[in-house]
Amino acid sequence: MTTRIVELRRGILKKNDELAAGLRQRFTSAGVLVLNLVSSPGTGKTAFLELTLRALRERGAHAAALVGDLETDNDARRLAASGVPVRQINTHGICHLDAEMVAKHLEDWEGISLAGLNYLFIENVGNLVCPSSYDLGERIRVALLSVTEGEDKPLKYPGLFNSSDAAVITKVDLAVPCGFDRELALKNINEIRPGIRIFETSARTGAGMDDWLAYLAEQARPS
Amino acid sequence: MHELSIAASIVDAVTESASAYPGARVIAVRLRVGALASVVEDSLQFCWELASEGSPLAGAKLVINKLRVIVHCDACGTDSEIEGVQGFRCPQCGELAADLRQGRELEIESIEMDEPETGEAEMGAPSPVEEHI
Repeated sequence: MTTRIVELRRGILKKNDELAAGLRQRFTSAGVLVLNLVSSPGTGKTAFLELTLRALRERGAHAAALVGDLETDNDARRLAASGVPVRQINTHGICHLDAEMVAKHLEDWEGISLAGLNYLFIENVGNLVCPSSYDLGERIRVALLSVTEGEDKPLKYPGLFNSSDAAVITKVDLAVPCGFDRELALKNINEIRPGIRIFETSARTGAGMDDWLAYLAEQARPS
Repeated sequence: MHELSIAASIVDAVTESASAYPGARVIAVRLRVGALASVVEDSLQFCWELASEGSPLAGAKLVINKLRVIVHCDACGTDSEIEGVQGFRCPQCGELAADLRQGRELEIESIEMDEPETGEAEMGAPSPVEEHI
């Protein structure tokens, strides 16, 4: 027997990455801005997205959402109330969405054409670890963190925060009762991802939403 | 939590690459895993055993080469390793450094195989694959 060493230098998630690159190309040529929303369970992704979808609709923009959960279509039903097309992805135990799930759910989504959309939101499965490894073809990855979770969340989950393009702090209406140290949270986010855009929002009071919507409009504008 | 999916992807990729070397047996798989790749080494080792069981890769060793984070500092123009994954600051001048040069890798670096000394399998084997991501 002889021993042979073969250099591969191949990404472990190469299949996912290639599929995601194909999706990104499709999204870009269709002119749709795609965002991947990632947070822990309970951060308020759905409430934040509900408000975002409603506001976009009121402004005449065409938005749609894919929403990932292990089980149930509760979130899709909640989001559908905002009047935009919403589709649930059930992963049945898998802790993250991958590019194949996104591609498959876009494929047979009746009545939806990418070219007719300005925005597509992908609400990932509630998890701050695993989604960070899986590219979904999005242009903007958004990490969300609520004031109830503690200011050190970005330090505990650097993989996700470091790979994100924007950070959203949710439930700021609860900041005072939770004893939330705003300065410390902003500093921690910035230490993990220097220069990242940060939005401070409340789905209950609507605080910070104007800033967020202005950012979306600015990002959606063809460059 | 997603280490099982990752282990299954490694099994698929290595099986595919190794099929170009008939008669060879994979004895080790070397990975490059960045500190920010969100992969837990113990968990991946455990899942590797599960995922490779019953496949031609059963018993192959998984060697994980962990890579530290390297940042490029715009302020002083240097590339430096940082300790851990907490503060993305240039260790030379202390400025925040957002430009990541290493740390998110999740790659199969190489595979090590035992193959018969002579014979058709050896003769017909292609030269090492040079594939870059």
